[in-house]
Amino acid sequence: MHEETAVADFGLDTTPRSLADVAHDAIARFRGGDLGPVPALLAIVTLVAVFGLANPSTFLSVGNFANLLEQASAVIVIAMAVSFSLLLGEIDLAAGFTAGVAAAVMATRLQDGWDLPSAVLLSAVVAVALGMFTGFMVAKVGIPSFVVTLANFLIFQGILLLLVKEGGTVGIDSELIRDMVGASLSPTQSWIFVVIALALFAAFEVRTQRASHGAVPMSLVAMKVAGTTAVAVIATLLLNENRALARANIEIKGMPVVVPLVLLLLVSITFVLDNTRAGRHLYAVGGNAEAARRAGIRVDRIKLAAFTACGLLAGVGGYFLASQINSVSATTGANDTLLLAVGAAVIGGTSLFGGKGRMINAALGGLVLALIDNGLPLVGKRSVFWLVEVDFSSSGVKAIAAGLALLVAASVDALSRKSAG
Amino acid sequence: MSTSLATEPLLELRGVNKSFGSVHVLHDVDFRVHAGQVTSLIGDNGAGKSTLVKSIAGIHPIDSGEIRFEGEDVAIRGPRDAAELGIEFVYQDLSLCENLDVVQNMFLGRERLRRGLLDKSSMEQAARDTLATLGVRTVKSVRQPIRSLSGGQRQTVAIARAVLWNSRIVVLDEPTAALGVAQTEQVLALVRRLADQGLGVVLVSHNMNDVMSVSDRVSAMYLGRMAADIEVTASTTKEQLVGLITSGQRAGNPTTDTHGDDT
Ligand SMILES: Nc1ncnc2c1ncn2[C@@H]1O[C@H](COP(=O)(O)OP(=O)(O)O)[C@@H](O)[C@H]1O
Ligand SMILES: [Mg+2]
Repeated sequence: MHEETAVADFGLDTTPRSLADVAHDAIARFRGGDLGPVPALLAIVTLVAVFGLANPSTFLSVGNFANLLEQASAVIVIAMAVSFSLLLGEIDLAAGFTAGVAAAVMATRLQDGWDLPSAVLLSAVVAVALGMFTGFMVAKVGIPSFVVTLANFLIFQGILLLLVKEGGTVGIDSELIRDMVGASLSPTQSWIFVVIALALFAAFEVRTQRASHGAVPMSLVAMKVAGTTAVAVIATLLLNENRALARANIEIKGMPVVVPLVLLLLVSITFVLDNTRAGRHLYAVGGNAEAARRAGIRVDRIKLAAFTACGLLAGVGGYFLASQINSVSATTGANDTLLLAVGAAVIGGTSLFGGKGRMINAALGGLVLALIDNGLPLVGKRSVFWLVEVDFSSSGVKAIAAGLALLVAASVDALSRKSAG
Repeated sequence: MSTSLATEPLLELRGVNKSFGSVHVLHDVDFRVHAGQVTSLIGDNGAGKSTLVKSIAGIHPIDSGEIRFEGEDVAIRGPRDAAELGIEFVYQDLSLCENLDVVQNMFLGRERLRRGLLDKSSMEQAARDTLATLGVRTVKSVRQPIRSLSGGQRQTVAIARAVLWNSRIVVLDEPTAALGVAQTEQVLALVRRLADQGLGVVLVSHNMNDVMSVSDRVSAMYLGRMAADIEVTASTTKEQLVGLITSGQRAGNPTTDTHGDDT
């Protein structure tokens, strides 16, 4: 009797639910094909286990862990950029070269004696302009994004070549840019950062729980916060160990600054997408553009804005690329940068069909690809099924592995769409 | 025509014409919608029903004729004009975002803000209240994504969205076309409740059982003209309505054969 009235008044929203109910719902969603970031999390655990067993001394070293995070950062940021196009149900194949051009603009301005803020500002303006150009061609002219960004792939590559001169390399003299990827917080700073981040996370989770009228059980919040705390504390303890080579007479320890930088980007973009009208409309346009149009949403403006954001964020990714090698050349953002970025987003659970995906997916997918990239060479030469000798450290194997990971993720995406259909 | 002039119509169209290029679709059409009533619009395929309701919704603005809202001349030149008058349109093919949840869809394009950010809890409460006033019992949680709902539930959400906006008139173009028996019944009950709450409801339908069960009035179109505007009473029969659709004329008595070869 009590239950009946409750259901009539949207009981599922207002009656407290247990952890079992939530698990039940999650399994139902899973069966319905909505896997979210779960495959990426499983992949991370599996890869760590496999590579850890194959080469424990190197792969599981603290130095490699820090290295992995730094390797992943640029791809993650560019993957977040590409996610804006994927959320629309579009794609940006030129995001890698947008990153390259932004990095080159910054590097050449610095070389010409500009101060850092001016150089960064100009490169950001260029990145925004490139994104707007793509958005204009897609939203106003009506060319499929696949074609526009394929053309841009060539155009932006050309711009990059002109900026850095054929075969040239532009070194970066700015300490701040060089430190983005490479420098670490001090152990004390690392702890302060972790404590503040965890406190904010817990506060946010509790607030969501309060607003849910019991639909989110407190025990779930406790589990999430405890789990995250455990991972963060273990990671910080490891990173605060000295990871300099034994013979070196300096110490390297603390959390790489890419971690707070990427987290800051991730959290702020997620907040904007979840809490603003523009963010909501982006998901709506990606889910059903016609429905969005009928609801009075200016679909073309949303597309323009999304591609602009994509351009700007790709430009920011360019700073990470530049910082990794302290210089910019014609290969900055070239080669597999774009494929890894798209792969990271999709492997993380962002749909290629639009309307589904979050920034955290890009981060998790980026970690998966960084793990493959970082772990495979450490496996070395092995015979597979006692049949063929394979050199896992060859770039051929790496490329095949990353490509297969993308195909698997895209299959999961396509199949889950079918089963939900 | 048995036009009852007891109450002033909420919306009245007079002598409306509409052409698409050289195709003259609506010929001097008169049409009335009363508050608190379900007015069904019937007619054969291609009779012009969708064109007529889309002209009310501002999707296909009229070429000539008068539109009066509460006795005043108005111009409906676009969907915004219609929305401003409180005319909401529930599309034949569902216009919901499957990836968004019930609340997000109900407020799509008109999200409530608080200090510049989405006011989620207020929207959720309002969505729940609206569904509760409409007596909707089939949607258990307003946080479910549309993807997980049945066709009937989706139609319910689409209708609830239309009434969330202090709307005066809700136009539904074949809302039950894609639904099973039980779901059709639920949606029709909802349609009836909208009228009972004082809204003017326009129901475009092919299904005479649906029309008979919920309508107060029936307007029948035939080849782009308004063939009849009748009140549904106890003596109204399905055969009469079928006669209006197939020949544009009121059958003299319920026993008249339908002309099977009349195309
Ligand atoms: N956008 C349009 N352009 C040209 N002709 C149209 C258009 N919309 C409808 N028509 C024509 O108008 C006539 C009436 O169509 P419609 O209003 O859809 O009828 P109903 O909804 O009663 O089936 C049909 O002959 C159809 O071909
Ligand atoms: Mg029609």
